[in-house]
Amino acid sequence: MAVVETRDLTKVFKEGQVGAVNNVNLETREGEFLVFLGPSGSGKTTLLRMVAGLETPTSGEILIGGQVVNDLSPRERRIAMVFQSYALYPHLSVYKNIAFPLKAQNVKKELHKEKVEWAASLLGIGALLDRKPRELSGGERQRVALARAIVREPAVFLLDEPLSNLDAKLRASAREELERFHRRVGTTTIYVTHDQVEAMAMGDRVMVLNKGVVRQIGTPTDVYDNPADTFVATFLGSPPMNLAEFGDLIVGFRPEHFRPVSTVIDAAVPFRFKVENIEYLGSEWIVSGTLAGGKLEGKKVFSRLSSAQNLQLGATYDFAVPQFHLKFFDRSSEKRAEPKAVSWQ
Amino acid sequence: MAIARNKIKSLGAAQSPLLGAAMFSPAVLYILLLVGGPFLLAIFYAFSDARIGSTEMHFVGLENFRSILQSPSFRVAIRNSFIFTICSQIIVIVGANILAISLEKTFRGRGIIRFLILLPWVAPIALGAIGWKWILDSIYSVITWVLVAAHMYKPFSAPMWLGEPRLAIASVLLVHSWRLMPFSTVILLAGRTAIPKDIPEAAAVDGAGFWRTQLQIVIPMMRPIISVAVLFGLIFTFTDMTVVYILTAGGPFDSTQTLPSLAFALGIQGSDLAAGAAISLFLVPLLVILAYFMLRLAHRAEVT
Repeated sequence: MAVVETRDLTKVFKEGQVGAVNNVNLETREGEFLVFLGPSGSGKTTLLRMVAGLETPTSGEILIGGQVVNDLSPRERRIAMVFQSYALYPHLSVYKNIAFPLKAQNVKKELHKEKVEWAASLLGIGALLDRKPRELSGGERQRVALARAIVREPAVFLLDEPLSNLDAKLRASAREELERFHRRVGTTTIYVTHDQVEAMAMGDRVMVLNKGVVRQIGTPTDVYDNPADTFVATFLGSPPMNLAEFGDLIVGFRPEHFRPVSTVIDAAVPFRFKVENIEYLGSEWIVSGTLAGGKLEGKKVFSRLSSAQNLQLGATYDFAVPQFHLKFFDRSSEKRAEPKAVSWQ
Repeated sequence: MAIARNKIKSLGAAQSPLLGAAMFSPAVLYILLLVGGPFLLAIFYAFSDARIGSTEMHFVGLENFRSILQSPSFRVAIRNSFIFTICSQIIVIVGANILAISLEKTFRGRGIIRFLILLPWVAPIALGAIGWKWILDSIYSVITWVLVAAHMYKPFSAPMWLGEPRLAIASVLLVHSWRLMPFSTVILLAGRTAIPKDIPEAAAVDGAGFWRTQLQIVIPMMRPIISVAVLFGLIFTFTDMTVVYILTAGGPFDSTQTLPSLAFALGIQGSDLAAGAAISLFLVPLLVILAYFMLRLAHRAEVT
């Protein structure tokens, strides 16, 4: 049974304006980690807040556990949410912060201590229970927020960019911890982020949103290897997929598939590539330049290589893209199109 | 704060050590002349038999204090001062919280309602008190008129709002609360808007209803700002004599006198300067305690 389901969910903030969320249909699977990915203003947080019951939909339905919850208050939805700011109660100790949902849901008082300690030990913050939130580091606060969410064993977890307030180093370890945490508790989780790395690394499935519209839902491999449209193709991947207009088609290929012709074994499409810039990133090289000759003359493209030591700035080389790595999009709709045989020269 | 202070210090040192003192002197002069002088004079009078119109003055020791403590009016005045101050604060804080909650949400006409609520604070207190004097008047009271029109009372047997001790005390209390309500509402509204929206939302998701969110999350978080409102309210009410003076002039039978109004009635109107001074000295220890808490609060606000 789907844990969270939305049917044609729409939110329009101001009448007559474009909706922040438009006709979203989604269905989570039991125990899965679903990521809402999109740039800022894509409606991902609004969508999450509607599921939480903090925002009223303009139209459409939200179902949790098969029951329509549109008219239920957040407290009746059996959800837990971790806010971007963590929203800890600053005047309460860590213990009381974690115990608050139990108190609010009239859980028997004798059970509080046991449950709080269980949640705290799950997140390794058992030693911090007497502290106030302001005496905690960013990472510790995030764990307290998670403990407060898990303590009453909700049906769904909603996480709104929980890592964005941490510094880069902490973020990587917190991400790993979150993944382990999810594997251990197995609660269905919806996770909102604008960070494609987080989405790819953590999501069982990723839902890519732009301007309030769902562009694609699929596994990380799906959305990366088989983008449904040019937005998904360019939003995921760094540098993004190379796109070139070609008649009534748009042709795309990932930078890592655009390589010197000598390293390509499969049936490939050859290009002449004029190198204009080389960046060394440690484990890889990002080479940018323009295509030379043929119908795509002058088109700016990126290549991602494990070694580029023998490339010279300003020189032109023979590069190629394996045939099956070429993606085709319809030029007017920007949606994915069937592969076609095209003449490149 | 610290940076600004350092800058001022270094500027003063660079120019002249006297500059700081010179800049500061108007404030010191003002306090010495208008607060310090009268205060010392009051202490001096309190131990004398000074009277208005009398050229002679003798030192009488604690005689004034002894006679005041024995006077029933004084005991009533002390009791009233506390009743008015404490009860009005309770009414004001509860009322101001309710107003702040209802004014927090946006709705049509909110600006006008906010303005109307602020009016009692902006209008001169004397004007407001005179308005209430008419509203509560024994003959022209609109409240009485409404009660009579609603057949709850017969004409001429309606309550005399300012003429019966208990009702008069309640009336003064009501006007004090009315006067302070806007000030506290504005302060609490500011405190409320300063709380990040996430926090009450988190409480809602955690399963807390309206009352739990208010009583266990929002209001405790506003404690510092509520204490500011309460401290100011305590001092305003405790030292105020305008409301009593205009509404009841302390009557009937001194039943609504407060310390300031009794000091004024005895010392200025009754020509017994010494007694008036002695009564007003009783305000000092209480105000010192309040001032201590205000300074501590101000200090804490500066630190954080």
